[in-house]
Amino acid sequence: MNQPLAITVAQKAGPKVTLGVGALVLAVLIALPLLHLLPADNVLHVSAYTLTLVGKILCYCIVALALDLVWGYAGLLSLGHGLFFALGGYAMGMYLSREAAGDGLPAFMSFLAWTELPWYWYGTSNFLWALCLVVLAPGLLALVFGFFAFRSRIKGVYFSIMTQALTFAGMLLFFRNETGFGGNNGFTGFTRILGFDITAQGTRAALFIATLALLVGSLYLGFKLARSKFGRVLTAVRDAENRLMFCGYDPRGYKLFIWVLSAVLCGLAGALYVPQVGIINPSEMSPTNSIEAAVWVALGGRGTLIGPLLGAGLVNGMKSWFTVAFPEYWLFALGALFIGVTLYLPKGVIGLLRKRGEQ
Amino acid sequence: MPTALYRLFLLLTLLLPLTGHAGDASDFVAASPSKQAKLLESWSAAPDAARLPLLEALQQGRLAADSGKNPFIEVNGLYQSAEGEFAPAEAPRKLRLNNRLRGLIGTAMASHQLLAEEPALRLAAARELQKRAKPAQLGLLDARVASETDAQVRTALTLALANLQLVDRDPAIRLAAVRLLGETGDPLARTRLETLLDPAVEDDAGVRTAAQTGLAQVKRKLLIGELLGQAFSGLSLGSILLLAALGLAITFGLLGVINMAHGEMLMLGAYATYMVQLLFQRFAPEAIALYPLVALPVAFFVTAAIGMALERTVIRHLYGRPLETLLATWGISLILIQLVRLLFGAQNVEVANPYWLSGGVQVLPNLVLPYNRIVIIGFALCVVVLTWLLLNKTRLGLNVRAVTQNRAMAACCGVPTGRVDMLAFGLGSGIAGLGGVALSQIGNVGPDLGQSYIIDSFLVVVLGGVGQLAGSVMAAFGLGIANKILEPQIGAVLGKILILGLIILFIQKRPQGLFALKGRVID
Repeated sequence: MNQPLAITVAQKAGPKVTLGVGALVLAVLIALPLLHLLPADNVLHVSAYTLTLVGKILCYCIVALALDLVWGYAGLLSLGHGLFFALGGYAMGMYLSREAAGDGLPAFMSFLAWTELPWYWYGTSNFLWALCLVVLAPGLLALVFGFFAFRSRIKGVYFSIMTQALTFAGMLLFFRNETGFGGNNGFTGFTRILGFDITAQGTRAALFIATLALLVGSLYLGFKLARSKFGRVLTAVRDAENRLMFCGYDPRGYKLFIWVLSAVLCGLAGALYVPQVGIINPSEMSPTNSIEAAVWVALGGRGTLIGPLLGAGLVNGMKSWFTVAFPEYWLFALGALFIGVTLYLPKGVIGLLRKRGEQ
Repeated sequence: MPTALYRLFLLLTLLLPLTGHAGDASDFVAASPSKQAKLLESWSAAPDAARLPLLEALQQGRLAADSGKNPFIEVNGLYQSAEGEFAPAEAPRKLRLNNRLRGLIGTAMASHQLLAEEPALRLAAARELQKRAKPAQLGLLDARVASETDAQVRTALTLALANLQLVDRDPAIRLAAVRLLGETGDPLARTRLETLLDPAVEDDAGVRTAAQTGLAQVKRKLLIGELLGQAFSGLSLGSILLLAALGLAITFGLLGVINMAHGEMLMLGAYATYMVQLLFQRFAPEAIALYPLVALPVAFFVTAAIGMALERTVIRHLYGRPLETLLATWGISLILIQLVRLLFGAQNVEVANPYWLSGGVQVLPNLVLPYNRIVIIGFALCVVVLTWLLLNKTRLGLNVRAVTQNRAMAACCGVPTGRVDMLAFGLGSGIAGLGGVALSQIGNVGPDLGQSYIIDSFLVVVLGGVGQLAGSVMAAFGLGIANKILEPQIGAVLGKILILGLIILFIQKRPQGLFALKGRVID
């Protein structure tokens, strides 16, 4: 594993095939929102449900990609990425609640009989400031946590547990009404975004396109990073951190950079997730969600960039199907997936495809 | 005339049992409401055990009278004569009572219950009298305070007496009452004394100063009680965390993997307790009090067996890949939770405390130590001692310690590392099972039981370091007490977050936890 696996796959399968499949998938994804704009009685019309579902999965794909950057490349398994995702979502939710409430206070504050906005709500009616918050909130938290964690060289299982405790603490905090984020109901009942009706076909299509653009952008960034010297150093951090240090590198900066970048990507994904799904509440921060993201990456194949996207799509597709068909057995399937992937598919689906290619 | 006199005499003798010797019930039925109130007051001052059924009937509105003013008590729809053997002439009518009488009946009832055998009844009666004692009962209360044997009841009676004396005209008596209140250390005494500080309520300056000092006294006693209470609940939480985290620390130290399904071992231990309880209810209801003792070995062996099976089938294949083990064990935990949910239902199951674990001992007026928590603290310490003996005085323990310190070298010296891993994993899971038995005695038993403890026990392991029992013990009790001290100050949630922050800062100083094994190994 001297170089990222995706590159190897591309080499083995031939760049033409890989590019062809990728372009096809991309074309279908671009077509989806356009087909949604067709009138409802048209055969090719894509329903709002399908569009939202695929949009949701695309957001999860970004999370998987972000997690893969820290786990697959730097070897840091984060079990707290749900926190960054939810923070981005909450920042966007603040803007959407203000937009829905007009000049008054958001509905949940009226229920609590609050008369004025807490200080951290200042300026959230401004979309640009909300966007800044989407980046700043997860970014700063990751920066502070990462700074302390990497300074004392917490890694491996310790790091995973600390991140899990972090998201758990965040969940508890956001469950409180006094925290000022709507308690366990979170934010919902959004009506408008930037003046457009949030349920209108055009808005949905635009949000979908934005999500797709972010995904493609982060994928491009991921490829650039992975091929650069920076990516090689990160892989070295994963495989032999001490030897890297003996060579004169200081791994802290590398780890901190990729960690914050990953958190910001998650926050952006959360910010796009909230207007599409229409609700954000603290259960997004539950440790269960974050650890589920880890299985997306593991199933797809970590250390590759396409794998996590594949994994996120597969697991969430399965989840949508299972929870309708056999709701009681979904947890069995998910549990079996966790065990099966770790025991039999250490390199994920991508690894499997690669083997086929070699034969 | 003699005949007339004779007849009158005869009539009088006939009436005698009704009037002269007429019982309390007849008196009450015949009296006017104001007379009834006087009667009740005199009964309150001089309680008589024989009057209890009458008072009970009065309180429940079951006393009735026919047109001849003969008293009857309604029992299950039938009217029975309260005194003598009268059959009701016609359907008796129930007595109507006004609110003032109802209050007085309560007072009379309470003062009668002061004579009861059970301390609990007497305590309830004394508490009732704190609210509604009448001046006529001063003598009675005085006598009862002197003769009461139960300390708790005596405190309650003292308060009732003091409450009465506080409205006395004589400042000297009020002063004595204030002093009495100051000595009780009861939360109620504090509110009573606080009102006395107002000159509008209390005009005597001496009594006011006494109230001031009394208040300080009460507050100090209450503070001591509160602090002790916090320390106790901290110890209790710490012992639970210890039971949850001890097994985790052993397996983490040995295998370097975190078992995410460890919380589910707690849950399975609790469900094993539930099953044992069911079996006892079915087959040996007379020995049900012993079921927790039987549940201990059952839970230990069930969870140890499951743990060993998991080690053999899943975890063994993932050695050297700790992060994958984390995910795989998480999968196992999901499957176990859903399995239990399907078998036992998503609702909590009922696990009842046996009599020797219910109730508590009242140490101070505002401090009750529940028996189950006391027993669990002792139990946790026993488990620690046993584990220490096992790890330090047996062959298995020697092997476990050897593998923990240097796996390769131990294998070279002939330690069967595979078997040691399996047994140690079983031991860790079994200890969690024991923890589950303890948890079932203080909290809800449901499929999600383990999830609520798992993160805290991880933090114990992180803080305590691995390979040393002392680290886990210190970390568990430290976290437990810190949690309970912070909880009343800044709330449970902020307390938890603050502790997490402190742990992150602490690891800056000591990355390997409180007690780290010394070594020079680097990868």
